Amino acid sequence: MTTAKITQGSFSYLPDLTDEEIGLQLRYALGNGWAVSVEHTDDPRPRNNYWDMWGLPMFDLIDPAAALLEVSECRRAYPGRYIRVSAYDATHGRQTTAMSFLVNRPE
Amino acid sequence: MTGFALRPPAGANGETINSRSAVAQAAGELLPDDATVDLAAERTVAGVDRVLDALDGDLIGLAPVKTRVREIAALLLVDRVRARFGLSAQQPSLHMCFTGNPGTGKTTVALRMAELLHRLGYLRTNKVVSVTRDDLVGQYVGHTAPKTKEALKRAMGGVLFIDEAYYLYRAENERDYGSEAIEILLQYMENHRDDLVVILAGYADRMEAFFGSNPGMSSRIAHHLEFPDYSLDELAAIAALMLDSQRYRLSDEAAVTFRDYLTRRMTQPRFANARSVRNALERARLRQAGRLVATGGPLSKDDLIRLEQADFLASRVFHG
Repeated sequence: MTTAKITQGSFSYLPDLTDEEIGLQLRYALGNGWAVSVEHTDDPRPRNNYWDMWGLPMFDLIDPAAALLEVSECRRAYPGRYIRVSAYDATHGRQTTAMSFLVNRPE
Repeated sequence: MTGFALRPPAGANGETINSRSAVAQAAGELLPDDATVDLAAERTVAGVDRVLDALDGDLIGLAPVKTRVREIAALLLVDRVRARFGLSAQQPSLHMCFTGNPGTGKTTVALRMAELLHRLGYLRTNKVVSVTRDDLVGQYVGHTAPKTKEALKRAMGGVLFIDEAYYLYRAENERDYGSEAIEILLQYMENHRDDLVVILAGYADRMEAFFGSNPGMSSRIAHHLEFPDYSLDELAAIAALMLDSQRYRLSDEAAVTFRDYLTRRMTQPRFANARSVRNALERARLRQAGRLVATGGPLSKDDLIRLEQADFLASRVFHG
C-alpha cells in the first residue's frame, strides 16, 4: 500500500534528512540554547499531540553528536515508528517549541 | 571549523564523513600530489603556538608533560596537512591518563589540553566536563547506566575529565556499580573516539592499582602522562607567578625565608606541591593584613604589596 508521505514539522517536503544534515540542524538548535528532545509515535496525524518521549529532554547538552546518538538509538528500538526531534526554547516570553522535524519515517 | 564531524558507523568503510575530511573540505579542494605545504603557516592558522606558549609560560616545570603535549600537537597538525593531500589515517586515540601527586597541575593541564585539541580541530568545543565517581555511579540497580551516559553525552564534543578515577572501582565490593560505569565508559571510549576525549586523573599509586584491576581501561588509553613533583626552584617560581598575578611581592629577606619555608614544608606529610604553595601565600597575606592593621599609621602602596619575613616566620612550619 502506498500512502502519501507524512508532512509534519520543518523540512518535511524535502527528501529525508541524512544524519549529517540532522546533526547540522541539531547544532543550530543547541547553538541557540534550545533543549533538544526525541519523541516517537505510531500515529503521526497532525492532531496527535501526544508523542511518546524517548528519554528526557536533553538539557545542558553542548554537542550534536550526543543528540544524534539518541536519535539512532530510538531508531534502532522503534524502526517502525515516526520519530521527531523537537527543540524547546526556554527563554522568557517564548517558552515553546522552537523547531520540530521528523527524523524517521517507517518504511 | 565548520564541518560537523559525524562518526563513521561501525563496520562501514568508504565514503564516510569524519572530522578530518571535513577539515580538508574547509580548506578547499584536495592538493595535487606535487604540491607543498608550509607547516609553519598551518600552525599559525590553527593558533597552536599561542596555546603551547601559554602552556610553557604559565606552567612551571612539568617537562615530560609539555614534551608529550607538543608531540600530540605535532601529530594532529601533520594529520591535518595529510588530510589536505587526501592521505587519511585512522583518527588517533587521544584518551589520556594523568597521574601525579596532589597539586602537580593535572586539572590545569586538562583544561589546556581541551583548548589545544579544539584549536587543532580534533574537538568541536574546548569545554571540559569534570566529573567524579558521584556523577557516574548510581545508587541502585539500573541507575548507573543512564547516569554515566548522561555525563558522557554532556561531555561530547569536548573533554570528559574524571578526577580521582580510581574511586570508580572498588575492589572490596564485588557488586559495586562502579564496574558498570567503567564498562560503559570503555564502550564510549572505543566507539566515539572522534566525539570525545576522556582524561582520567589520579594519584600514581592508586591509579596503578586501578589499572591493575581494569586492564581493558589501561590498554585503551594511549597516553599515560606522569606529573613529577616540583623541585624547590620550581616551587619558588610558581610562588613568584602566583604573587605576580595577585599583585604582591616578597621583600628580599622574605624571599629567603620563603625558600627556607618550602624546604621544610616539602619534607612534611601532606605536602601538596603547588597547592601548598598557594595556601602558604594565602596565610602570609592574612598575616600581612593583620600586621598592617595592628601597626596602624599611614601606608604606602609598597606596604600593601610587600610581604615581609615576619609574615612567613609566624608559620607553624618554623615552630615544629
